[in-house]
Amino acid sequence: MEFIVITLIKIAVVLAIFMTTLAYLQWVERKVIAHVQVRMGPSRVGPHGLLQPLADVIKLITKEGLMPPHANMFFYLLAPFLAVFMALISISIIPFGNQITLFGYTTWLQMTDLNVGLLFILAVSSMGVYGIALAGWSSNNKYSLLGGLRSSAQMISYEAQSGFYFGFLPKWTVFQGPFPQIFSFILFLIAAFAETNRVPFDLPEAENELVAGFHTEYSSMTFAAFFMAEYANMITVSCVATSLFLGGWQPLFPPGLGSDYVASLVFAIAGALCLYHGLNPARKLDRYTLPVFAVVFFGLALIFAIPAVQIALVSVFWFCAKAGFLLFVFIWVRATLPRFRYDQLMGFAWKFMFPASLLNLLVTAFLVAITS
Amino acid sequence: MSGLTALQGGVPVSWYLLLSAILFVIGVSGFILRRNIITVFMSIELMLNAVNLSFVTFSYQLKQVSGHIYAFFVMVVAAAEAAVGLAIILTVFKNRQTLNIDEISTLKN
Amino acid sequence: MDLFFFALFAFIAVICAINVVLQTHPIASALSLVGVMASLAILYLLLGGEFIAMAQIIVYAGAVMVLFIFVIMLLNAGSETASKPGSWFAKVAGIPLLALLFAMIAYFLGAQYPKSEMVQFGTLKDATGDSIGSAHSIGTAVFTTYLLPFEVTSVLILIAIIGAIVLARKELE
Repeated sequence: MEFIVITLIKIAVVLAIFMTTLAYLQWVERKVIAHVQVRMGPSRVGPHGLLQPLADVIKLITKEGLMPPHANMFFYLLAPFLAVFMALISISIIPFGNQITLFGYTTWLQMTDLNVGLLFILAVSSMGVYGIALAGWSSNNKYSLLGGLRSSAQMISYEAQSGFYFGFLPKWTVFQGPFPQIFSFILFLIAAFAETNRVPFDLPEAENELVAGFHTEYSSMTFAAFFMAEYANMITVSCVATSLFLGGWQPLFPPGLGSDYVASLVFAIAGALCLYHGLNPARKLDRYTLPVFAVVFFGLALIFAIPAVQIALVSVFWFCAKAGFLLFVFIWVRATLPRFRYDQLMGFAWKFMFPASLLNLLVTAFLVAITS
Repeated sequence: MSGLTALQGGVPVSWYLLLSAILFVIGVSGFILRRNIITVFMSIELMLNAVNLSFVTFSYQLKQVSGHIYAFFVMVVAAAEAAVGLAIILTVFKNRQTLNIDEISTLKN
Repeated sequence: MDLFFFALFAFIAVICAINVVLQTHPIASALSLVGVMASLAILYLLLGGEFIAMAQIIVYAGAVMVLFIFVIMLLNAGSETASKPGSWFAKVAGIPLLALLFAMIAYFLGAQYPKSEMVQFGTLKDATGDSIGSAHSIGTAVFTTYLLPFEVTSVLILIAIIGAIVLARKELE
C-alpha cells in the first residue's frame, strides 16, 4: 500500500517538474537562439519574456481548432494523443537521483525499476513513430502524408541503430570502461537529433519545407500536443544520454573534494550576476526585476548549503545540470547548423552511422573480452 | 464461490492457452474470409502472435527459458517474412493494380 | 490483481483481433493488430517474460506493423469493396467449421492440462532466484544452447533484406 502512495507522490512531483520544464524549455530555446543571432528574443511578456510560455498556451487554447473536412476523425484525433502518451511514458524509468530516505521511507528517485529499462525506452520510442505516421496520413493532405512518411522513415532508420550505441554499459561514464565511450556518445547524440526530428535533421517538419510536414493540418491544442511531444522527447533523450554516458546523478568529482557545495556555488554566482546587472540596468524594468531574481538565487544557494537538504537534492542537481547541458547543446546546434536534405539524411544513416555503430560494438566487445 | 477464491492466487495456465486458441481461430477466419491481400497477411501475423502466447505460457508452466527463445525466433522469422511478403505485395500491386486476391487469378483455368 | 489484468487485456486482445478481421479499411485493421500486439506484450509481462514483452513491442508493434502501415499508405489502399459473389460454401459452412476448429484446439489444449498451475506475476524464477525471462537469462541461452539457430537466423534476415530490396526496387531499363 505504501508503495502505491510513494509512487503516486513521485509521479505527481515528476509530472509537475516535467511539464514546467517543457514550457520553459521553449523559452530557453527562443532566448538562446535569439542571442546567438544577436537579437533579444521574447522580452515583452513579463520580465525577460518569462511569461511568454503562458501567453503561448493561452493563445493556443483559444485558437480555433479547424478540423479538415475529409480527414479520418478517429485517427486524426488519436495521433497527437499517441505522440504525447509515448513521450510522457518514457520518463518513468529515468533515475533522477540517489536513494533517499524521507520520513523513514527509503526509495529511489525513479518511478519504476525495470531490469529491461533500456529496452523499454527503445520500445516506447518505436511506438512514437505511430503518432507521426498516423498524423501524416489522416490529414488527407499530400504534404502531410509525404512529411509524415519521411519523418517516420527517418525516425525508424535512426532508432533501428540505437541499440548498438549503448556500448558497454556497467561503467556509466564516458571515460571509464575498456576505452572511452566517446564514439558511442557522439553517435548516440547524432541519432538522438534524428530521433527527435531536430536540426540538422528536421527537414520533414521545418517551417519552410513541405509547408509544415505532418502537422500541417493541426491547429490549436492538437498542434500544441505535437510540440509538447517533441520537447518531451528531447528531454527524455537528454536524460537517457546523461544516465548512460555522463554518469547520471553522480557528481563530477567525489564529495571528498567538496562537490556537494558546487550547487550552492553555482546559485550564488547566478545571484551575484543578477544583482550586478540589477544595479547597472540595461533596461528600465531590470532595476526592479533583476534584484528579485538575485534574492531567489541567493535563497536557493542557502538551501543547498544545508547538509540535510544536500543528501536529498544534490544528486538531482547534478543530474539536472548534465541533462540541462545536453539540452543546451541541442539548442546550440539548432542555432548553428543548416539542415540536411532528406536523401543525404537517409544516406548518412544507412551508409555511415550503421556501419560505424556496428564497428563500435565489435571493438567494444573485443576489448571487453580481452580485458576481463 | 470457492472456485472464485481459488482464483485469488493467480490465473490458471489453461486460460492463457484458451486465449491463444481464440486468437488463432480469429486469425484463421480472417485468413480465409477476407479478400484484401494485406488483411490476409495481417491475419497470418495474428496467428503467429497467438502461437507466441502459447510458447510463453508453456515456458511458464515448465519453468524453462526455451519457450521464450522459441517465441523470440518466431518473432524474428515473422519480421523477415513480413518484409519479403510486403515487397511481393508491392510488386503484385505494380503489375495488377489491385489488392483484391479474387482478381489475381490468371493462373487459374 | 493478476486476474483483473489478465481479464482486461485478454478482452482488449480479443476485441482488437475481431476488429482486425471485421474492418474494411486496411489501416483500421493494422491499428487493431497493433492493439492486439500491445495487449499481448502486457500478457507476456504477466507471464514473467520481460524481455519477450519488450521485444514484442520493439520488433513486432514498432517495426513490422510500421512496415505494414507504410505499405498501406504508399499503395493508398482504400476500403475493401465487395467483390463478385464469393463462394456460397464459405458463407454457409464458414462459421460452423471455425467453431469446429476452435473446439478441436481447445480440446487438445484442455485435455493435456487438467490440473493447470496458477500464473502469478513475478514467480517465474529458477532455482537460484533469478528471473527466467530476463534479458540476462535469454542472452545466456541464446549464446550458448541456441547459438546455431541464432546464426542461421541472422543469415535468414540477410536473405530477407536482399530479397526485399531486389523485389521492391525500380526496374532498371
